[in-house]
Amino acid sequence: MSDTFVKLTDAQIRRRMLAEFWFYFSRNRGAVIGLCVFILLVLMACFADLIVPHSPTMQYRGMEKLPPAWAAGGNSDFWLGTDAVGRDMLSRLIKGSQYSMFIGVVVVSIALVGGIVIGLISGFFGGWVDVVIMRVMDVILAFPSLLLALVLVAVLGPGLTNAMIAIAIVYQPHFARLTRAAVMSELKRDYVSAARVSGAGNLRLMFRTILPNCLAPLIVQATLSFSSAVLDAAALGFLGMGAQPPTAEWGTMLAEAREFILSHWWIVTFPGLAILISVLAINLMGDGLRDALDPKLKRS
Amino acid sequence: MIRFIFSRLLYLVPTFLGITIVAFSFPRLLKGDPVLLMAGERGVSPERHAEISAQLGFDRNIVLQYFDFVGRLFQGDFGNSLVTKKPVLSEFLTLFPATIELGFVAIVLATLVGVPIGVLAAIKRGSWFDQLSMSAALVGFSMPIFWWGLLLIIVFSGNLGWTPVSGRISLMYFFPNVTGFMLIDSLLSGQKGAFASALHHLILPSIVLATIPLAVIARQTRSAMLEVLGEDYVRTARAKGMPARRVIGVHALRNAMIPVVTTIGLQIGVLLAGAILTETIFSWPGIGKWMIDSISRRDYPAVQSGLLLVAGVVMLVNLLVDLTYGLINPRIRNK
Repeated sequence: MSDTFVKLTDAQIRRRMLAEFWFYFSRNRGAVIGLCVFILLVLMACFADLIVPHSPTMQYRGMEKLPPAWAAGGNSDFWLGTDAVGRDMLSRLIKGSQYSMFIGVVVVSIALVGGIVIGLISGFFGGWVDVVIMRVMDVILAFPSLLLALVLVAVLGPGLTNAMIAIAIVYQPHFARLTRAAVMSELKRDYVSAARVSGAGNLRLMFRTILPNCLAPLIVQATLSFSSAVLDAAALGFLGMGAQPPTAEWGTMLAEAREFILSHWWIVTFPGLAILISVLAINLMGDGLRDALDPKLKRS
Repeated sequence: MIRFIFSRLLYLVPTFLGITIVAFSFPRLLKGDPVLLMAGERGVSPERHAEISAQLGFDRNIVLQYFDFVGRLFQGDFGNSLVTKKPVLSEFLTLFPATIELGFVAIVLATLVGVPIGVLAAIKRGSWFDQLSMSAALVGFSMPIFWWGLLLIIVFSGNLGWTPVSGRISLMYFFPNVTGFMLIDSLLSGQKGAFASALHHLILPSIVLATIPLAVIARQTRSAMLEVLGEDYVRTARAKGMPARRVIGVHALRNAMIPVVTTIGLQIGVLLAGAILTETIFSWPGIGKWMIDSISRRDYPAVQSGLLLVAGVVMLVNLLVDLTYGLINPRIRNK
């Protein structure tokens, strides 16, 4: 009997890792459904301007507050009805997906990059640098996130861009803490000492040697933050501090619809449903990612 | 234990200082002159401007201004509201019981429903109950609560007419404010139907506010239970022939509750953020609505002190959670 050693190329290793990831991810049925819905949402956001049946800002005179097509008094030109000033609900919802996906991507990117850099510095250098950075993060975490975001928007001025910046600042400590914890546990490993002995500089050690091994929890956190960002941006829009009318952002649409809650249910129901479905899909995906990326759960 | 408490308290000092710096900086970061912002549309003459600046200390060195600010905080002076001219602290204390009442009922509801669901889901892992309840928990966790509140109003207030749309009690009742808690005050007043009315007004807001904590608690309880149920001592207890109810109730649940207690404590911050939305939807006269109103009225002293007080409350609650955790888990204490 002889053992045969097969040397795998990098590409093969990567393919096997991907296959293993997919094996665990696809075992979670909810995660696959979430992924499908998420892909649909992304496609909808990318091609929003091509697939909208009407212009999202066009006000059709005489067509105000039309119920959905299937309800009594509905019009088949407007599947999901129209809002208080005669704009097509479906078109506004489709356009809204663009804003929500954009918000998620921007907020997570800013928070992730900021958090990784801060966490790496904090974990890698330790000492007083670490103490100062972590105390600052504690201060940010001491405020309820929505309240801090609201106050930041009050400072920066209401609007979608500022809302995104505010939410990113509020989320960033979570990434910083996660990165720091992962870096601190990786620093003790032999491969890091080996790289250091071979003459790798600090920057190379931080970004090329250590960071790739800390990514799993960050990916999971990024997914969860994506869904929270969509929710919080909608909440800010709802409170009048996020995207401003006539932007077809889902939270802003809800804020405009508040006065019709008892008379025209569809104007209130659909934007909220859109938020719920997107957030739910992303959270389902996040659960699956956690199962697939967390080695502790894999074994159980 | 005393050393543990002391170290935790010491740990809070830098965070507290950081919070005061954030609150102190807030009105100074706003675009424009703070005195002009306070004066609003009326404007202000140059002499009056200088007078107000001197009065508020804006003409002094920024570091001195900060120490002055912190010094006044320790004397209980949180400044006056620009709109009502009343001390911010007294406004906060008048409104805070409304938020505590709502938050307390919400967290009790979330715990009483969430923990049993989590335990049952863990025991019956993989069953339809497990799948259904965990799917529901994920939906609850993903819920935009401002929309959820509106939906409940449509169904229960609009269509069924079961619950009131807003406020804390029907306008028919009037009684002195003793504790600030409507449920207690209405009972103390002895007026017929007052307590029922207060309870009625609490139902929808507390359900809305409890939604996300309930989902989190149910999920956390389930995973903590599953972990504990796989431990050796549970297997031993089972092997000894101990009744399942005792194994689960005594051996497993007690240990599984340790992380759950922390989760419940950590939900306080979530509750305060949720209170901003819930109170706005239901016109609930608490801290959340007051903060939103103050922000939109540009009442900066109120926002500044509100920020400080809310963060202070969160900090204290986190401290209590930490201490409780140390109390039930000696390993943390002796670390």
